[in-house]
Amino acid sequence: MLAETFDLLTSLPFWVAVLRIATPLILGTLGVLLCERAGVLNLGIEGIMVAGAFAGWLAVYQGASLWGGVVVAAAVGAAFGALHALLTVTLSLSQHVSGLGLTLFATSLASYAYRVSFPKVDSPPTIQPFTEMSWLPIPVLNAQTPLTLLALVLVPAIGWLLYRTPAGLAVRMVGENPAAAEGQGLSVAGVRYAAIIAGSALMGVAGAFLTLAAFNAFYFNMVNGRGWVCVALVVFASWRPGKALLGALLFALFDALQLRLQQAGSGLFGIDVPYQVYLMLPYVFSIAALVLVARRAAYPQALMKPYRKGER
Amino acid sequence: MHIEKRATPSRRLQLAAPLLAIAFTLLVSSLLVAWAGAPVGKAYALLLDGGFGSTFAWSETLTRATPLILTGLSAAVAFRARLFNIGAEGQLYAGALAAVAIGGLHGGEGFALHPALLFPAMMAAAALAGALLLLGPALLKSRLGVDEVVTTLLLNFIVLLFVSMMLDGPMKDPTAMGWPQSVVLQDALQLDKLIERTRVHTGLLWAVLLAALLWALMRFGTLGLQIRAVGANARAAAFAGMPVGWVTVKVALLSGALAGLAGAIEVAGRTSYVTLDMSPGYGYSGIVIAMLAALNPLGVVAAAVFVAGILVGADSMSRAVNVPTYIADVIVAVSLLSMLVAAMLAQYLIVFRRAAHAG
Repeated sequence: MLAETFDLLTSLPFWVAVLRIATPLILGTLGVLLCERAGVLNLGIEGIMVAGAFAGWLAVYQGASLWGGVVVAAAVGAAFGALHALLTVTLSLSQHVSGLGLTLFATSLASYAYRVSFPKVDSPPTIQPFTEMSWLPIPVLNAQTPLTLLALVLVPAIGWLLYRTPAGLAVRMVGENPAAAEGQGLSVAGVRYAAIIAGSALMGVAGAFLTLAAFNAFYFNMVNGRGWVCVALVVFASWRPGKALLGALLFALFDALQLRLQQAGSGLFGIDVPYQVYLMLPYVFSIAALVLVARRAAYPQALMKPYRKGER
Repeated sequence: MHIEKRATPSRRLQLAAPLLAIAFTLLVSSLLVAWAGAPVGKAYALLLDGGFGSTFAWSETLTRATPLILTGLSAAVAFRARLFNIGAEGQLYAGALAAVAIGGLHGGEGFALHPALLFPAMMAAAALAGALLLLGPALLKSRLGVDEVVTTLLLNFIVLLFVSMMLDGPMKDPTAMGWPQSVVLQDALQLDKLIERTRVHTGLLWAVLLAALLWALMRFGTLGLQIRAVGANARAAAFAGMPVGWVTVKVALLSGALAGLAGAIEVAGRTSYVTLDMSPGYGYSGIVIAMLAALNPLGVVAAAVFVAGILVGADSMSRAVNVPTYIADVIVAVSLLSMLVAAMLAQYLIVFRRAAHAG
């Protein structure tokens, strides 16, 4: 068992799988992170990922380029983000309820649009997905698609944006102390709109990775809770991009490990284990991660608190 | 543009809010129906007819409404205390499994008890299973501050996998030709039909009774007062000497139990066994229903019948004209969002011009 695990951890294909599984989680987690750093929870992520996966794939199916599909997915994500911002920032509705409503809306709309576009097919038509970047001289990474590279580049980019630019300072300030930000002449609503729209665009791209790189078609249930996992990973990452990458990789490592154990079918410690137990592990891991960091979780101070001028 | 609280909530707008929300929902769904290339008027007529147009339509709608009332109550009581239980789906399945474990295993007879004892034992086990499933997230919330939304959501996936494991293993029906379904509940434990030759069962009466009881509890009971106080302002409630953590635990037990009962009543009244698709998202729809009802237990009954009618009506409409059944989910989601906005506008005023002193 131990020797097998060691063999696995030193094999290249295993790490290729880890990075592939991690990619949508990195993108989604960065998206949630942007929203929450500005003080707004976005539980719409699960639905936005479904809508992004569908819209990106449909665009490519109808003749757009692959990158065109990514842009469409980002735009669809941004549109749902603008709706979430309208509901939570302008109208200051409950962020929990608005986000869940958004997930229901985006998911049902994508399913509806899929059935209207393809009324009588049993399996969805496929597209030619992104290919590996075999020209890259870096092992593991050269077996990935450009979207993975994009996700990896976005981690330091968003870190730089948040900690080294005035715009990032504005986002953090609005998420920690909106009254003070207002005092500095910032528009709290404006900054929150921008952060939610940008974050939701990333969630759309996270969904598009599934249809344009990981698979080659749109299936119902293909997001399968990944969005919720991202929400958990942000807490685990203490709202820091670098730690978000680490969390996504750790989660993916766990997921890849359970996939291999499941395929090997050798059981754990000689006991025959039903495959469902393996599938449960990533979700159990997410909850465990939340519990572990709970005591020192430094939530953005204004998270989930709507800001109204002149009200305390 | 920003919003300001009205000095007094507009009475007229409060009454008009649901109508405005419904009108907006109809507008959005009309566009979608037209996009699918179906005649809009005819589609609506078919939908209404399929959901509410005949005794049979009503029987199907009320059958569908039964679990929705219970998951709606589950969400309503939890949300009132600001415990965001999104795990009713998992709790429903836990209750269904518990019901079959008590009343269906051991050679299809359940435990060797008289049905008069076995029936309450089965319901109690289902309520307990749902309650315990929510107890963990509630304790994590009140002790460690772990957000209950994420934990309950993730638990839904874990429970469904557990159900799948049980249906493959100890609770598998050996006569089901490899189809993943559980053993069947003992005949004596199954609920009677309310109307001959339909699927409506006495579970509906249980659900309505529980709604009335919960309404009375929220209005007249000490726990109801505590729940409302904790929900309105947890810090003030703690300051007033209320045991906030303990109230949260009690709410969790109540909310989880209601969702667990939804599962048991589905099994006892409709399916008679557990499958992986016995609930098409009743747990999630319950949240929508609770919000549509403004968290009022009696309103939950009405909202559940409305949502059930749309779901049933959309099924029959989609068979007649070519509109995907997903239109029902879109209608439910849009009505939730527009209802929230309408309710907000009744309490707040949108101010379009900028305040004179700030930029």
